[in-house]
Amino acid sequence: MIIKGGIVYDPANGIYGDEMDLFIDKGRMVEAAKGEEIDARGLLVMPGGVDAHSHIAGKKVNTGRIMRPDDARIGTEPRTAVCRPSTGYTVPNCYAMGYRYARMGYTTAFEAATPILEARHTHEELEEIPIIDKGALTLFGNNWQVMECVRDKDLTKLAAYVAWGLRAAKGYGVKIVNPGGGEAWGFGGNVKSQNDIVPNFDVTPAEIIVGLAKANEMLNLPHSIHLHFNNLGKPGNYTTAIETLDLLKDLKPSRMRQVVHVAHMQFSAYGGTSWRDFESKAPAIADYFNCHNHATMDMGQLLFGSATTMTADAPLEYGNARLTHNKWSNHDIELEESSGVVPMVYNRKMLVNAVQWAIGLELALLVKDPWKVLMTTDHPNGSPFVNYPEVITLLMSKPKRDLEMATLHEQVPKRTTLAGMEREMDWTDIAIMTRAAPARVLGLEDKGHLGPGADGDVSIYDLRPEEVDTSLDHVLVKKALANAKYTIKGGVVVSKEGQILATPPGRTFWVDAAVPQADTDRLMVDLEEKFAKYYSIQIANYAVQDAYLPHAQIIRAGLPVLSEVA
Amino acid sequence: MSEAIMIRDAVCSFCGCLCDDINVEVEDGKIQRVRHACRLGSSKIMGHARIQSPMIRKNGVLVAASFQEAYDKAAEILLAAAKPLLYGWASTSCEAAKKGILLAEEVGGVLDSTATVCHGPSVIGIEEKGLPGATLGQVKNRADTIVFWGCNPAEAHPRHSLRYSSNSCGKFTPEGREGRKIIVVDVRETKTSKNADKFIRICPGSDYEVISALRMLIAGKGESVPDEVGGVLKADLADIAATLKAAKFGAVFFGLGITHSRGRYKNIDNALSLVAELNSHSKFVIMPMRGHYNVGGIGQVLAWSSGYPMSVDFTRGGPYFNPGETSACDLLARRDVDAALIIAADAVSNFPRATAKALAGIPVIQIDPYENPTTLLSDVVIPSAIAGVEVEGTAYRMDGLALRLRKMVDCSLPSDEDILMGILESVHKQRQMTANEGA
Repeated sequence: MIIKGGIVYDPANGIYGDEMDLFIDKGRMVEAAKGEEIDARGLLVMPGGVDAHSHIAGKKVNTGRIMRPDDARIGTEPRTAVCRPSTGYTVPNCYAMGYRYARMGYTTAFEAATPILEARHTHEELEEIPIIDKGALTLFGNNWQVMECVRDKDLTKLAAYVAWGLRAAKGYGVKIVNPGGGEAWGFGGNVKSQNDIVPNFDVTPAEIIVGLAKANEMLNLPHSIHLHFNNLGKPGNYTTAIETLDLLKDLKPSRMRQVVHVAHMQFSAYGGTSWRDFESKAPAIADYFNCHNHATMDMGQLLFGSATTMTADAPLEYGNARLTHNKWSNHDIELEESSGVVPMVYNRKMLVNAVQWAIGLELALLVKDPWKVLMTTDHPNGSPFVNYPEVITLLMSKPKRDLEMATLHEQVPKRTTLAGMEREMDWTDIAIMTRAAPARVLGLEDKGHLGPGADGDVSIYDLRPEEVDTSLDHVLVKKALANAKYTIKGGVVVSKEGQILATPPGRTFWVDAAVPQADTDRLMVDLEEKFAKYYSIQIANYAVQDAYLPHAQIIRAGLPVLSEVA
Repeated sequence: MSEAIMIRDAVCSFCGCLCDDINVEVEDGKIQRVRHACRLGSSKIMGHARIQSPMIRKNGVLVAASFQEAYDKAAEILLAAAKPLLYGWASTSCEAAKKGILLAEEVGGVLDSTATVCHGPSVIGIEEKGLPGATLGQVKNRADTIVFWGCNPAEAHPRHSLRYSSNSCGKFTPEGREGRKIIVVDVRETKTSKNADKFIRICPGSDYEVISALRMLIAGKGESVPDEVGGVLKADLADIAATLKAAKFGAVFFGLGITHSRGRYKNIDNALSLVAELNSHSKFVIMPMRGHYNVGGIGQVLAWSSGYPMSVDFTRGGPYFNPGETSACDLLARRDVDAALIIAADAVSNFPRATAKALAGIPVIQIDPYENPTTLLSDVVIPSAIAGVEVEGTAYRMDGLALRLRKMVDCSLPSDEDILMGILESVHKQRQMTANEGA
């Protein structure tokens, strides 16, 4: 395939809006190829979009669907000759997930939180999502085995467990959500700071985070730890964020990447002592990111309208349900996690929501290096992913932000710094935040760029970067971003002007990390006891069988010497 | 004589407990012995009389046919129908469910599961209030207070109490039954109520009132509660409310006694509210006692495929869901479907009489390993291999946990999945032929 004459933004390879031809052969970018020609003359061309944090599959997503038939109705699209039917807005069915990402020019999305015990369910849904490549991060932050290894300061056993857990869950990386809080929630409690003792386990969240970060680097995993802070969603929580980040600042990464990725930073950049004096602390957070290089974040941008909050932070969801009097689902997972789901509507006239909206944008605009900030809405917590074009245009256009600001609660300019912010992002910034950076943060070497050998994932938009004024023409830009002119996945045109043309199955990435057998042997003594006494299933039935990943892409990691042997 | 093979830690595909510690001894391709399973599971795994061959009804009599003939006839029935019902799905794998949904989309039918005559009201309750739940192991490790409401696991889910609930031992519950308070609420004494510390016998149909009274008492508004509710003295209810509030971790398990008594989904709505409110005093979770082993699975697969967990109408292209309108019994009662495919369920034995009668008036395709009353009125009967004994696959436990079913022995019969694919292929073939004739 030849993509002719596009204006290419491929920041990972130092290409910032150059007119050039691109070539794809056997699903990969190459230096020359023949075949189908796609006329992209003068049009915006970028690598396929990569979403590093989105809740797209598994028990809590399906719980969201089951408790929200009202939501399913919104997105109904009939079956076609190519497509299965679509439903849903904040919690779309599996088919809609694939089609809607593809329409926007996205070709990769990672599920952000899966307990090992329920990973089989996650993979059943991932496999059902067409077109896009995917992976799932695995939850470790409230796991009994993890907490015991951390308490015993047995780092090699912890690393062996992380490797074992990733293999059992066919998971891609280490996710930590409100560490210790999920365990405390087992008896209805929570932890209030990173230095609280987790009941019954004699460890602190800080120790869990540092222990898992060290194990992550021992294992040389492609992704860093992926952290949802304690106290998320609470006024005044920015200090928790900064103090927690500071715990990790001297850790050495095992790869050319961050040592910690902060999930949906917006929800942890809050000042004030209550909802009454709630205010943005985005400048303090952005300052920290500007002065340190060990952390990256994704925005977790909130947009007005309907959302479905879902997280492994179960006490937070209980709080959401009490606050809104909305329906509440909770799901505790034995020995491992807890989780919750609560529908939500964000209102522009409600001060707290309007400030939250501004914080996400402030964070992205105040952090100088776009490689440190990924564009997300923490789908579907802040807003469903179909609204990414709205977020991008807000970042690119001050006039658009001003228009929005004029409709919000009048206190917003006093509680945030957004009104005075002049920065308008350009296509290079956007290509980094939606393509190059998420791929680099995740450690996906063949994603997010268009160099030879990269996956043949390309998006072409009906926009002329050399002509369009992204500041003034934000309506046009948003429309063009919503439906790519072409989305090419692995060298196949999967979507054209919003119409799905092909639905090849996507691959699922997971990480197999090698560890010394002696450590695994020590670990297995603990695990066999846990399965005999505490788990409700047998160890033989625990790991996700290969049958659930017919399109697996295994990434090898682990101790350098052993990875060669393995 | 070949040597006996021991299959260890297999999953029992009988009830929603999905016990996964079953050991099975196989010799000469036959199951000789089943260990650890209860009587119900054991009987299923050991096997009993099967349908031997596909059959098609001719002149009122079921006559043996080939599988291909049966697929073709089934496809013909589905294609001729304006609104076929594809019903059952509770006792087969998720892999079969996926193919069933594809078939329903393809022929424009309504797909519904046995939940419609079972925990369907629970699903509607969850749509109203959400489900504060947990995996069964969480209950095992933490629960010091357990309520069984309108269910009788001692007879319907025999290993539930020992593996997951009242009599199980875990990290924070080392004393097992001794360390727990067990409350049973039912309209009659049962084997389960005999194991209770407190048995509350309520008048039939008074679940809603009794739950409401408990909610009032827990909210500190006991003065509004009358002296007797649903045949239970206020003092007894106050005693229960105090026990629930004092729990460190409480769990409510509920069954058809509450989903199908007066009030239906409103009972569940009320029970879910009770549990949500209890969380301001203690930790509490609630869970339906799902009956058939994979009735949870069809709900999950249907939800991620269509957005809705049951009663999904595909006749309009896009999925449409409105229980009461699109649920199997209501469709049949209104004579609103004109053909039915019944798979892995016995509709005739479990449907209300008028509904079963409606089934007798339309062409019926049955896919099942066993002959049952539905066979008697079926026009096409297709025998299948048993998922979890003869075929691998996926099932979801009553708490939503997915487990891998094993294959224990070979079977010459096709799986439900194969059969549905056979019908689907025949649908495509017949459509193509009609299109060619038209051209």
